[in-house]
Amino acid sequence: MRISTFLYTLWQGIRNIWKNKMFSLASIATMSACIFLFGIFYSVVVNFQSVVREVESGVAVTVFFEDGVTQAQMDAVGEQIGKRAEVSNKQFVSADETWEEFQKYYFEGSEEIAKDFAEDNPLANSAHYEVYMNDISMQQSLVTFIQSLNGVKEVKSSDAAANTLTDFNSLIGYVSAGIILILLCVAVFLISNTVTIGIAVRREEIGIMKLIGATDFFVRAPFIVEGILIGLIGSVIPLSILFVMYRKIISYVGERFRWLNGILDFLPVDQVFATLLPVALVLGVGIGFLGSFMTIRKHLRV
Amino acid sequence: MIKLEHVSKSYSAGIPALNDVSLEIEEGEFVFVMGDSGSGKSTLIKLLLKELEPTKGTIIINGQRLGKIRHKNVPRFRRNIGVVFQDFRLLKDRNVYENVAFAQRVIGMPVKSMRRKVPAVLSVVGLAAKYKSYPREISGGEQQRVAIARALVNEPKILLADEPTGNLDAHNAWEIMRLLDEINQRGTTVLVVTHNQEIVRAMKKRVIIMDKGVIVSDEQLEGYNED
Repeated sequence: MRISTFLYTLWQGIRNIWKNKMFSLASIATMSACIFLFGIFYSVVVNFQSVVREVESGVAVTVFFEDGVTQAQMDAVGEQIGKRAEVSNKQFVSADETWEEFQKYYFEGSEEIAKDFAEDNPLANSAHYEVYMNDISMQQSLVTFIQSLNGVKEVKSSDAAANTLTDFNSLIGYVSAGIILILLCVAVFLISNTVTIGIAVRREEIGIMKLIGATDFFVRAPFIVEGILIGLIGSVIPLSILFVMYRKIISYVGERFRWLNGILDFLPVDQVFATLLPVALVLGVGIGFLGSFMTIRKHLRV
Repeated sequence: MIKLEHVSKSYSAGIPALNDVSLEIEEGEFVFVMGDSGSGKSTLIKLLLKELEPTKGTIIINGQRLGKIRHKNVPRFRRNIGVVFQDFRLLKDRNVYENVAFAQRVIGMPVKSMRRKVPAVLSVVGLAAKYKSYPREISGGEQQRVAIARALVNEPKILLADEPTGNLDAHNAWEIMRLLDEINQRGTTVLVVTHNQEIVRAMKKRVIIMDKGVIVSDEQLEGYNED
């Protein structure tokens, strides 16, 4: 394509937007609203997932051993557990360490009672592994696996915590996917409407173009450009607002609600936007392209 | 140059708009097509532009069978045919120069070509001085000249004019016909659909008369010069 033709097509696309100012504005506003909501959902979801991951990493499966199991056998069990993909970390706690922890927790201030036990460890059979997971939804299968290993007496886990986190994670995923899908459909519909009106306004010009010998591409390209530009503008505006807003909110929450630090740590804006920016731009431009492309295929038979 | 072999066109089950029409127009000819409303004149123009497909028969233009031209090649085919309408069909938001340049632009000609050809063709139609005017600022006759300039700027071999003088007064109608004759003298084949019997009689060209979709008369008027 010649540069002059490319520039002309681009100019015609801009001209279409300007000629149908009100409809273009409505489309850009709707697209902005969609991308804005998408951005908010995305920010909330990634931050929530980060919190969930944090919580998940603290939920452990505890593995106890049968009486008389040797250290070598316990090490072998530990090794097999460590090979599982869903396991992020495992920690062996010996019977002595368990007794020490127990004393610190229950005999604080009355250490003399603990001393009565002398070298006799009442928790002699309490050596165990604490297993941490990177995917809490795999907890049940991991527990079943560990239970099948030789020497394992009992596997303790919190099914309630695992199930709640897994369910909540899925719920957030489904709800956000559903809302985003609806918003995208609305955006496609509105862009399609704007382009349809653009075609109606330029009906005569299109007729002349066809008779003079314009190719399908030449007739259609300005409308595609129009859709893409609406999508692009409709993405850049909300992304800019979100960028400023996100930074302000995390700095405000950080200062105003200091007690939340450590419980709710926001992801830095760069980390959120590293994915949000390209995804939202591709989404906006993609919807713009799709909306206009579908419309010209339907209404612009050249 | 233009050949129709037993061409029929029906829009519905009723009377065909064209019924078994055969005709041949040689390169460089000037032909008038006359007839009442509904005689099939406009259908003929649309068939020649490949806006419509014939129900039966074959149309050959510049050696190309229209039925064999694939959809994607239709624009290239149309670039060899200039077309002028009764209602001018100019772009109202663009000036005279831009209206004519538009024809060059849609076929992807470079700006350099536009700068050379548009003023030249505006000189041919006598509107070089008005290149900055908008359609609303010039008369009907001048608007039709712009439309002719737009049809000519891509140097088509054939010029089709559908009632080009229908919206003009007698003086302007004559001016346009003289211009079309001049274009024909330069070698372009011209086919004009018209109602204007006075002009047709005076210009002494080949005249095809149509009625209810058939050719009822095809003759060279007195004074026609083979050369």
